[in-house]
Amino acid sequence: MTGSKDDREFELTVNGKRLTVSGAPVGASLLSVLRDNLGLTGTKGACEEGECGSCSVMLDGNLVCACLVMASTVTEASIATIEGLAASGTLSRVQEAFVDHGAVQCGFCTPGLIMAVSDLIDRQPNADRETIREELAGNLCRCTGYGRIIAAVESLLNEGDL
Amino acid sequence: MPVFHPIDVDEAVELLARRGPRRILAGGTDEMVRINHGAAVGEGEEIVCLNNITELRSWAFESDRGVLVIGAAVPWTELASGAIATLCPSLAEAARTVGSPQIRNAGTLGGNVATASPAGDGLCAAVALDAVAVIRSAAGSRRVPVAELVTGPKQTGLGPEELITSFEIPLTEGYQGYAKVGVRNAMVISIAGACLVVDEQHGISRLALGSVGPTILRCPEAEPLITDVILNRSGNTARLDEIVGSVRSAARPIDDHRATADYRRHAVGVLARRLVTRAISAREENNT
Repeated sequence: MTGSKDDREFELTVNGKRLTVSGAPVGASLLSVLRDNLGLTGTKGACEEGECGSCSVMLDGNLVCACLVMASTVTEASIATIEGLAASGTLSRVQEAFVDHGAVQCGFCTPGLIMAVSDLIDRQPNADRETIREELAGNLCRCTGYGRIIAAVESLLNEGDL
Repeated sequence: MPVFHPIDVDEAVELLARRGPRRILAGGTDEMVRINHGAAVGEGEEIVCLNNITELRSWAFESDRGVLVIGAAVPWTELASGAIATLCPSLAEAARTVGSPQIRNAGTLGGNVATASPAGDGLCAAVALDAVAVIRSAAGSRRVPVAELVTGPKQTGLGPEELITSFEIPLTEGYQGYAKVGVRNAMVISIAGACLVVDEQHGISRLALGSVGPTILRCPEAEPLITDVILNRSGNTARLDEIVGSVRSAARPIDDHRATADYRRHAVGVLARRLVTRAISAREENNT
């Protein structure tokens, strides 16, 4: 169906690399372009309405749901995805904390949570448990493994006190 | 599908003056949901993206007029904290209840008003605050109170060639607060919401109700009672019951998939009582 395709090419800056997108459907979300056009499948998709947070990415330094961003409107933005966190092969401290605390069950929510937690510890290094829970309200874990996730975040925030 | 990134309002309204199908895209938290779930962007449809218009993403306090001017595309995160939260606490409280950090980083007050959901948290606060929408088109500009601009569920008086550029909020002295109920403590579309703004200087109160009618509703009968209870410290259980009864009479809720009309009517009364009680406590704290 050629009618549903945008014939224009556009470029996105993802994890510091300038990438060309071609053949994305008209009005496609950043989520679908990352996964289906750029092969970056670390960012997960589920609800496609901003409820679940599994597609969380950083857009010009702000945590957003990639499903709610129209890809062709962010050609000048800096986009960071889960693939950029351990690009050199070394896990980030958030990823290490999730491993150490067993904060992963099926793993589907994990990339989005890692992005959200990375943002949270940058913005609110002194967050208490209530704040952590509130700040992560937009990331759903259907395995309901929140206890270990919260424990992993607390371990990151308490590092300075140890 | 051409995507346009106007860099100022003049350019944006020139684009909107052209004929043909188009969509305005700001935060995307409503429009992208529609697109993802089937309201596909048509071939030849134009997207006018507002993200690069600095004017829409900034705000200012005009002290000579006593007015806070908030750009229509200022995201919730910015409304929820810092200077705006100090100047206009009820708007900040409403902003904090919107979605998640992800949603608050993207969604905007202008989008909330233009979407015109009766459950819009920012819309409810804007009505209680007597906010005026500043609307531009290629033909000129007009100013319309938000309460008049929204005419029904998802319906506004905005023309296809028009753009909300900012909101003018007259600042007041006195208690302000927003409260809502939903199925969780976070990430909820309100089942009932209420925003109270007490204007001590003019001796009036405004109580706006969300999710209990086709648009945000004011409570003309309850408001003088609320003012009296708060400013004259005439609060007692019977007076509060009278206010709650009046608020419930003002509500015009419906049954839908989120809640029954009966529940909404009950809940909005609870919220009104909560806000009035908070206003009384806040005033007592300030006076001691």
